[in-house]
Amino acid sequence: MYKAKVVIKRKKSILDPQGKAAEHGAVLLGFKNITNVRIDKQVEFLVNVSDEETARGEVSEFCSKLLSNPSMEDFEINLDKIDEA
Amino acid sequence: MKRKFGVVVFPGSNCDHDSYHVLKHTLEQETVYLWHKDTDLQNCDVIILPGGFSYGDYIRTGAVAKLSPIMNSVIDFANKGGVVFGICNGFQILTESGLLPGTLIKNRDLKFVCKDIFVTAVNEDSLLTKSLEKKTLLTPVAHGEGNYFTDDETLQSLEKNNQIIFKYSSSKGEISDACNPNGSIHNIAGIMNKAGNVFGMMPHPERSSDRLLGKTDGLQIFESLLKNFIN
Repeated sequence: MYKAKVVIKRKKSILDPQGKAAEHGAVLLGFKNITNVRIDKQVEFLVNVSDEETARGEVSEFCSKLLSNPSMEDFEINLDKIDEA
Repeated sequence: MKRKFGVVVFPGSNCDHDSYHVLKHTLEQETVYLWHKDTDLQNCDVIILPGGFSYGDYIRTGAVAKLSPIMNSVIDFANKGGVVFGICNGFQILTESGLLPGTLIKNRDLKFVCKDIFVTAVNEDSLLTKSLEKKTLLTPVAHGEGNYFTDDETLQSLEKNNQIIFKYSSSKGEISDACNPNGSIHNIAGIMNKAGNVFGMMPHPERSSDRLLGKTDGLQIFESLLKNFIN
């Protein structure tokens, strides 16, 4: 079994209004060194297969069909093998 | 000639009754509701995807709605040339389904915008705009994610193929950033597909289609659709 952690990131070319708002908040709080704030999404779930290639394929398909919108987002997949006791 | 309209009802749709009322009672067309779990489009000539918050807008607006059984039939219908009109959440569902290009992201200032605005028809040759009595129409908007975005290549293709039908404007039809309620690229408020049978717009013409509400500009859009509809 694998634990998947997927990070859905808005493409760099797309304005991130939430990131902009957080950046503005940082200025209001007096932070002078914080720039380029981007707010992403992280999704975690389990994949009940024994080999990494199958897990990665399934996660990738799930990401492109539902978790992300390819016209505005990219995704990164991280897989951790879980020992089944 | 009478047409048959189908208004799709998703869990969380909230403008389905407004659309039904305009089509059935004001325009006196045969109109039925189509439940999201059904697959039969009941021989409708036109499918309306209404406004609201389908499936709570979880994941992204329209992302779960596109997977419902009725949408398989709607996509099939649209690909065969059937007329589909998505309003607000319906527009979001159409972009998620891939029936219309681009996407609708959070409004520029992160606020839910709910007010009367003006849109100007920039393509006067579409089913929805061919018979408008005037180019600039008052229509309400009510959305948090209406900021139309697409990459440069798609934008150029939309322009080249005359697919942009409405832009946010002043009451006099001037298109400027000051009249843009949500940050949409090039003030885009509504588009259609290349074939000209699938339409999406963020403003709500069904909410400005009844004399009792004191505004009727939106009705012109539905009347244009009816007048120019060809089987």
